[in-house]
This record gives sequence, structure tokens and C-alpha cells, in this order.
Amino acid sequence: MKNRNTQIQVLGSGCPTCEKLFQLTKQAVGELDLKVEVEYVNDIQKIVEMGVMSVPALAINGKPVISGLLPDIEKIKEIIKELS
Amino acid sequence: MDIFYPLQLFSDWITFEIFNIEAGQRLGASVNFFVYAFLKIIFLILAVNYLMAIVRHYLPIERLRDFLASRKWYGADYFFAAVFGAITPFCSCSSIPLFVGFLGAGIPLGVTLSFLIVSPLVNQVAVVLFAGLFGWKIAILYVLSAVSLGMAGGFILSKFKLEKYVADYVWKIKNRQVEAENQKISFNKLQKKFWDEGFAMTQKITPYVLIGIAVGAGIHGFVPAGFFEKYITAENLFAVPIAAIAAVPMYANAVGVIPIMQSLVEKGIPLGTAMAFMMAVVGLSLPEALILKRAMKLKLLVYFFGVTTIDIIIIGYLFNAFI
Repeated sequence: MKNRNTQIQVLGSGCPTCEKLFQLTKQAVGELDLKVEVEYVNDIQKIVEMGVMSVPALAINGKPVISGLLPDIEKIKEIIKELS
Repeated sequence: MDIFYPLQLFSDWITFEIFNIEAGQRLGASVNFFVYAFLKIIFLILAVNYLMAIVRHYLPIERLRDFLASRKWYGADYFFAAVFGAITPFCSCSSIPLFVGFLGAGIPLGVTLSFLIVSPLVNQVAVVLFAGLFGWKIAILYVLSAVSLGMAGGFILSKFKLEKYVADYVWKIKNRQVEAENQKISFNKLQKKFWDEGFAMTQKITPYVLIGIAVGAGIHGFVPAGFFEKYITAENLFAVPIAAIAAVPMYANAVGVIPIMQSLVEKGIPLGTAMAFMMAVVGLSLPEALILKRAMKLKLLVYFFGVTTIDIIIIGYLFNAFI
């Protein structure tokens, strides 16, 4: 794993879809065998300050990469692999 | 000729040949209606979801926010916000970051509320369902009334000077300008992305459509024609407000409610009354209120719901009177 300090965050307002993305992302990280904690951010202020307005969103190293839709796990893995 | 005629033939074949139900029976009417409506709607929804994936790619919500915040619009912003509320896909979980994000970018409160009113009421799937079940005329009238409702609602709310009832932290947020990155993606890759997204969206809502149409089909086959006319007539002035207010505690998305509404109208409920009910179920809900409570103080929330309810009641009356 190239970068051990990759930061992965799921941003959500606590709705079921956001929760689902959180679970999927954790699963993706597990399957990729990365030693990274996935953080769930539900502080609205923080979310908006990151420039995100539609949730659920996935941010890697503080940069939102997906927002407003729930991708499938393969897609999440692909993105994490590409950016970490 | 109706372009969906082959689907009707197929549904007849399934109902009367495969399931072997005799024509003219209640069960046959229900099954036939179900198969036909389901096929037709799924087909339309798939097409429109594909289109929306394209729209979302070229017009993300962040770009809309920057557009609205870029200059003074002298009222035209109510129109833009309402129209964009109609074309952007919406999930109630996004209502909070959206509300906060708009205000943080300096978009006026009334304009933001216009967007919030229209967004759950109109989405691509709702329009397709209206068109498929009621015809294009009603679908267009529905969109026009929802957009006007949003504009009027946001404008009226702006007159109450409710800014002080927005949660204090909202005004302190510094919006980070995130430049939408324009990556160069190949045409083929984009096509695949649009298709994947459109298909995924269709898959997600299919169960709701299925339930809505199943209940609708049940009403279609088993409730006698004109059944509701005894109780609810267009002349009964209380019917519309009661329908709208009774719907507030209920929550469902437009996709599930519209097929049921169509069957009710067919059995004699006036269109305006059914529409007021549907708009209130979809647009005003307690779960949404609880989410919005995190950024709105109680008074703003009450005004927001109050003005929207009154607007919905007016639309109900107008449809009953003129359609």
C-alpha cells in the first residue's frame, strides 16, 4: 500500500443511504486490505465546509470524489485504489 | 397510434393466455393493469434516468449554487431556484447540507426555500409517472404548478424576514469554493457512466414503483367505479384542506404515491383533491422536518410548512375548479 496516511471519509446526514455508503466503504477498505480507518462525518458544518452539498459523499484525503449517489462496491474500490 | 400498444398486447397475452384469467373478471382487470402499467413505467423511467445522469454530469448542484450566488438576480433567482429544484435529483438526506450550503454561499433565504419546496415535489421519475398514467397535459400542468408553488412559497416566506430563525452556526460557515474539476473523460467511458448510473437509479426505485402499482392495480380492479364520489366531491370545500393536512404525517416518495393516486382519481376522487394529498405526502413530511430542525429554529420550520401547506391547498382548489 503506497500511502499509509490516506484519509477516507464518508459524509452523511444520518439517512439510511448515507449509512449504507459508510458500510460499503468499510467493506471495500477491508477487501483491499488497507490499514485505514474510515471516518463517518455527520457534522453539517464540516460537510458544507468541505464544499459538499449532496450526500452521501465520499472524500479521500479531504477531497470529495463522489457526492449525491450510492455507488456499488466495485466502484468504491476502484476509486480508493486510484487515489490512495 | 399509441406507441405503447405492443405493451398492451403483451399484457393481454400474459393475463389471459399465460395466467388464464377470464376477461371481464376483477382479478383479470387488476393483473392486466399491473403488467401493462409496470412495463410501461419501467421503460420510461429507465430512459429518463439515463437522461438525468447526463444532466447531472454537466450541471452538478455546486455549479447551480455558484450560478445563483454569482450576482444579484432581482427576483429571477426564485424562478431559477424553482426550476433547478425540479430538475435536480433530490434525496431528503441532502436537504440539510443543501440548505446550509446555499445560505453559506450568500443565496437569499427565500430563494433557498423555493428550491427546497420544489425539489421533492418534482423529479424526473414523478414526471414520467404523471405522463404515463395521466397523460402529458396533466404532467406539464403538475410541473408548472409545483414550480409556481415553489416560487410563490419562497417569495412569501422571504417577506416574513425569517433570517434570524436560521440556526446561528449556519451564518458562520465559510464556504470553501470547490472548483468543479473538468476531467477529460472519453466519450465511451462517459456513455458507460451514464448508463451505469441510470440503471442503478432505476434499480433502486423499482420496488417502490412495484408496490405503488400493485396497490393501484388492486384499487383499479376491486373498488367499484364512482365509489368515492359519495364521500368526496369537488364541491366539498373541506376535502382539499383535509386531504393536504392528513397527508403531512405520512411520508412516501412520489414514485410510490402517484400510481395509487391515479387509481383513486379513476374511482371518482377529484384530481385536485388527490393532487393536494400527493403533494403533501411527498413535499411535507415529519422526517424531513426533523432533519431540517438541525438548521432551522422552530418558528422558521412552522412558517415553511405552513406557507407550503396553504399553497398546496390552493393548487388543489385550482385543479378541481379548472381541470
